[in-house]
Amino acid sequence: MQAEISPQQGQELLALLIDNKLPDERGRYGPFGGCYAPETLVPALRRLAEAVDKYLHDDDFMARLQQQLHTWVGRPTPLTPALGLGKRWGAEVYLKREDLAHTGAHKINNALGQALLAREMGAKRVIAETGAGQHGVASAAACARVGIPCTVYMGAVDIQRQAPNVDRMYQLGAEVVAVESGDKTLRAAIDEAFRNWVADPHGSYYLLGSAVGPHPYPYLVQRLQAVIGTEAREQMLAQTGALADVAVACVGGGSNAIGLFHPLLADAETELLGIEAGGHGPALGDNSATLATGKPGVLHGSYSVLLYDDDGQIQETHSVSAGLDYPGVGPEHSLLKSIGRVNYQSATDAEALDALQECCAAEGILPALESAHALAGARRWAKANPGKRILIGLSGRGDKDMPTLSQHIPARIGAAAGGGA
Amino acid sequence: MNDAQQLPRDRISAALNAAPAAGRPALVPFITAGYPDKDAFISTLQQIATAGDVIEVGVPFSDPMADGVTIQRSSHAAIAAGVSLRWILRELTAAGGVDAPIVLMSYLNPLLTYGFERLAADCVAAGVCGFIVPDLPWEESEEFRAALDQQGLALVQLVTPATPDDRLELLCKGSQGFVYAVTITGITGGDVELPAAVTGYLDKVKSHTELPVCAGFGVRHPEQVRRIGRHATGVIVGSALVERLEAGADPAGFLHELTAG
Repeated sequence: MQAEISPQQGQELLALLIDNKLPDERGRYGPFGGCYAPETLVPALRRLAEAVDKYLHDDDFMARLQQQLHTWVGRPTPLTPALGLGKRWGAEVYLKREDLAHTGAHKINNALGQALLAREMGAKRVIAETGAGQHGVASAAACARVGIPCTVYMGAVDIQRQAPNVDRMYQLGAEVVAVESGDKTLRAAIDEAFRNWVADPHGSYYLLGSAVGPHPYPYLVQRLQAVIGTEAREQMLAQTGALADVAVACVGGGSNAIGLFHPLLADAETELLGIEAGGHGPALGDNSATLATGKPGVLHGSYSVLLYDDDGQIQETHSVSAGLDYPGVGPEHSLLKSIGRVNYQSATDAEALDALQECCAAEGILPALESAHALAGARRWAKANPGKRILIGLSGRGDKDMPTLSQHIPARIGAAAGGGA
Repeated sequence: MNDAQQLPRDRISAALNAAPAAGRPALVPFITAGYPDKDAFISTLQQIATAGDVIEVGVPFSDPMADGVTIQRSSHAAIAAGVSLRWILRELTAAGGVDAPIVLMSYLNPLLTYGFERLAADCVAAGVCGFIVPDLPWEESEEFRAALDQQGLALVQLVTPATPDDRLELLCKGSQGFVYAVTITGITGGDVELPAAVTGYLDKVKSHTELPVCAGFGVRHPEQVRRIGRHATGVIVGSALVERLEAGADPAGFLHELTAG
């Protein structure tokens, strides 16, 4: 498979992407994407692709989705001028507040849309994977709302580091299955969710949480998350009368980033900056910076940039944030990197933790560790480009990260002022 | 046509068809390469070749998403021991082949990483006659098939009970070497009753192809082999054999028991 794209082909592909003419009928974004699924799932994926075509163009379905997004999720989420960060960075900073969406992250936009779709398709149960637990919580909540049983696969390592979210899933009625195979994080959870789906492709609906996987998932997830960028663009224009000079989002599988970026692709004056997890550093295995250091390959059903070794074995990754700890990235991101429309960089664990604390102090907002990578990348960009208007996708809130944060950032509880003496 | 002129993919079909001609179902044993003992890879293959008509050798992959716990375990252990596609082809080439055609089972990424054309050429030298690639559906397989065709190697298509009739026809037409009929809707390695409809399903698959049809996924017991053998050319035995090897049991003895009677 050939992943090289000439500059002219790049311009043509970008025009197609802006016109929503990609993916093509084979599920391709240029060379990336496709449908590399076990044969048992091929008919199920066909049915899903047909349902996506039908319902995403069905006014009645979309009106019901809009109504639930408004009255249950709480959309539109605000665009908050971040005056404290702006002053510190010498920039004009705006935060798109997905942390204020119901269940605390952008994941609910996709989970709700797909849960409604699952019900239309007559699914008896929903299965989902989760890394940080945000997609698991969102799926559990959306399935409870829609009225379908939900099983969530979660790596045993992630269950340890995201304990509060595991309890939330239970409370919302989901069954949580600990995945002890492979690397016991998001990637192993996706492997296991696919295995479970293979056993019941007709009755089960697989609610994939990121913009990855076989066609039509990358497209479906992008359509359901594009509400982020569509709202943010309108809000920027309404509040400032102008578009952002740069829009910044964190990238693991890339669902919140593609949701923010896709509606901004046609705005040539807006630079797009995706921030991956730089972990401890640049060595293979020490980070999850797929686009920075990976090569095209096939994992979890699509051809996209991946982290793998000289024998084709997928590599274990590291990030302090479970939601970014994944060795692949969605095929649309691979295309956007290839054609140069999005600039992808990384932020280390330490930079993200530092940015998280700065956001808490300056704005009174506790961001998710994932979102803190976007803040760290935005700060770096601001220092290099003073006086600009910066839009940051604040993809989720950090309450779920308290166990991790307590390890890395010891609590400082001031001693009560003693009585007199 | 003698052996020297026979295409590798036709060696697979001929070896499988010879079994029913001799009054027994064909047997396709599966092992994960270099597991449980890397040093015993070739000697294990030679033992298995005394009972198997075609041997399926698993190239370990880090994310075997169509496989159950046994093959996940064997794959991860083999990778940790240093087994790779390069190592497998080197070992097979050095051994000068074994006494049965070999089919490699691999997920796509190790094959992509190796490079399709170089892979096909190296397979001929190693005595590999074809491939089973569980995450490469027909629609995505053109480039790999073209590389294999250059060397006369087979790309075996899998069909499943969930495959609609029109697609079954397409896959049976496109398959080479044999048609792999997955018996259950699920992953490899289960120990469940084969569905009652399995015989009708296998008859339907056979009606769509001139190629041998081999049934696999969850085949563990002699009575299953007898039952399937009346409706297919042969059976594929994977997880159950890997578990015997893990337990240190004689693999050829187990395989002979499966097809006895």
